[in-house]
Amino acid sequence: MRAVIAEDSVLLRIGLVKVVQTAGFEVVAETDDAEGLLAAVEEQRPDIAVVDVRMPPGFTDEGVRAALLIRRQWPDTAVLLLSQYVEERYAADLLTSHTSGIGYLLKQRVADVEEFIDALRRVAGGGTALDPQVVAQLLVRRHSDPLDRLTSRERDVLELMAGGRSNAGIAGALVISESAVAKHINSIFGKLDLPVAEADHRRVLAVLRFLGVGRGAP
Amino acid sequence: MSLRTAIRPAFGRSPHRLGRDVRFGSAGIAVQFVAWAAPMSVPWVIYDNASSPVDILLALTVPLIGPAVATPLLTRVQRQRFAALLDVGITGPPRARRQLWYHLLAGPAVAFGGVLAWGFALGGVVATTVFLWRQQAGRLKFLPDATSAAYLTVGGCALLALAYWLIAALVRLDTRAATAFLGPGPAAELERRVEDLTESRAGAVDAADAERRRIERDLHDGAQRRLVSMAVNLGLAKATMDDLPEAACKVIDEAHREAKEAIEELSNLVRGLHPAVLDELGLDAALSGIAARAPLPVRLRVDVPERAAPTVEAVAYFVVSEALANIAKHARATRAGVGVVRAGDRPRVVVDDDGAGGADPARGSGLAGLAQRVGSVDGTFDISSPLGGPTVITVELPCAL
Repeated sequence: MRAVIAEDSVLLRIGLVKVVQTAGFEVVAETDDAEGLLAAVEEQRPDIAVVDVRMPPGFTDEGVRAALLIRRQWPDTAVLLLSQYVEERYAADLLTSHTSGIGYLLKQRVADVEEFIDALRRVAGGGTALDPQVVAQLLVRRHSDPLDRLTSRERDVLELMAGGRSNAGIAGALVISESAVAKHINSIFGKLDLPVAEADHRRVLAVLRFLGVGRGAP
Repeated sequence: MSLRTAIRPAFGRSPHRLGRDVRFGSAGIAVQFVAWAAPMSVPWVIYDNASSPVDILLALTVPLIGPAVATPLLTRVQRQRFAALLDVGITGPPRARRQLWYHLLAGPAVAFGGVLAWGFALGGVVATTVFLWRQQAGRLKFLPDATSAAYLTVGGCALLALAYWLIAALVRLDTRAATAFLGPGPAAELERRVEDLTESRAGAVDAADAERRRIERDLHDGAQRRLVSMAVNLGLAKATMDDLPEAACKVIDEAHREAKEAIEELSNLVRGLHPAVLDELGLDAALSGIAARAPLPVRLRVDVPERAAPTVEAVAYFVVSEALANIAKHARATRAGVGVVRAGDRPRVVVDDDGAGGADPARGSGLAGLAQRVGSVDGTFDISSPLGGPTVITVELPCAL
């Protein structure tokens, strides 16, 4: 698997390169701004781009805009965004248009190397990875809706699901059996009135409803 | 300056200052003469001895009406006299009635004093020089003999001293009177002072805010990046070096954990100071961050159409951050609500919880600091916290400073 890294802080970029290499990726390009990133993606067509949200010249949301562009123009390249702080609007922007091959993590998560590598592989493989902080922050927005009918356990399961974990991953995180996870998930589907369809599709729908981005089909 | 200091003799003055005082006082006499004495003489000249009551009435009213009509002009002239000759700036809004007091009473009185001082000075000069002209005074009826000439000299010296003192005292009295009557007056003076203070306080608050921002940026660009980089390296070491002895692994593990804790602590510190997200994306985004981090469920509603001044946003953020921290620490609440809405044209921040209540800013909690910071931008702080709850904190802020 091949990766491109866009991060303007040299110090962090060096660390990121090492972590991404440790994960078994080949780092084919490093850049420190959005323009360089887009050029590198066009040229290299990597499997994943690891992108800092704040980059020159504006230091605002260059990374997010580049990520949206990459996902639209080169759908085979997954994007993992790294941010100094959580901005749920960015997460919502990303998830409204794309529900696969997208990740949004806080920068400091890179330090938890094993978990970060896990998220990296998941996103590169077409999955999602959302920072627990993003999830918590999106929850603050929820008012009275079907989500309130969920038990706290079901909510935990849904949060982890939103973070992109598999059933096994959720079971591991909550220290419960995989069949218990499946039971919770079915109960969530029921409570959220999700149509009976292919399991993965319903999963995405549940997460989207949870995140409050898009009521209909993605 | 009290009256006593105004008339205190000042014999130590330099000749330069004496010259200045004389010029200033004489200019005052000239102005008063033009403004007052000359108009007063007009009717007498025109109506030739002013025999009829109408003439007398005219003669008396013209000197009063003249200055009254010419007050703005006179005030300007007098202020210029003070500025040009004495380097004393007198400013303030037009207050015709008070200024008239100066032009009709204080000014003429001082001018009269000035004339007196000239008289003393001239008399003094004549008397002290008696020995010089006594010989040539043969034609005068009055020929002082040596003894009375000596007395005259002493008296002349006294007169000169008196004139010397009088000139200085008049300048000080005139300055006092002009400041009081031509200046802004106590109410306007207070108003100006309040304006100055408001301005300088806003400056201080802004400066403190800018300083917080700078510290945040420095920490973010410096220490925080280094710490993250260090934690990444330690994490890599932990993940890749499997063949290390157990003790070394333990040390690396410990260092890794501490680095991560340091990052977390630093982030919390920065969040308490002035988070970058507040500057870049505004209150809504910044508040959802602290609401999500609160250890209890928080409902957040932010509805402000346009962004307030940065300092006001910083205060609103601080209010919510402190209030939530307070709730988590003391309130024993199960949930909290945060609302930022626009009340009229002022942002209003409401933080409520369903906790035990009984919160009192006087009993030294974060609430006092909160009220202080709100007060620093002229906001209002209100708390309702009956025993048994619920507690509601309402803060209204100005939209600009």
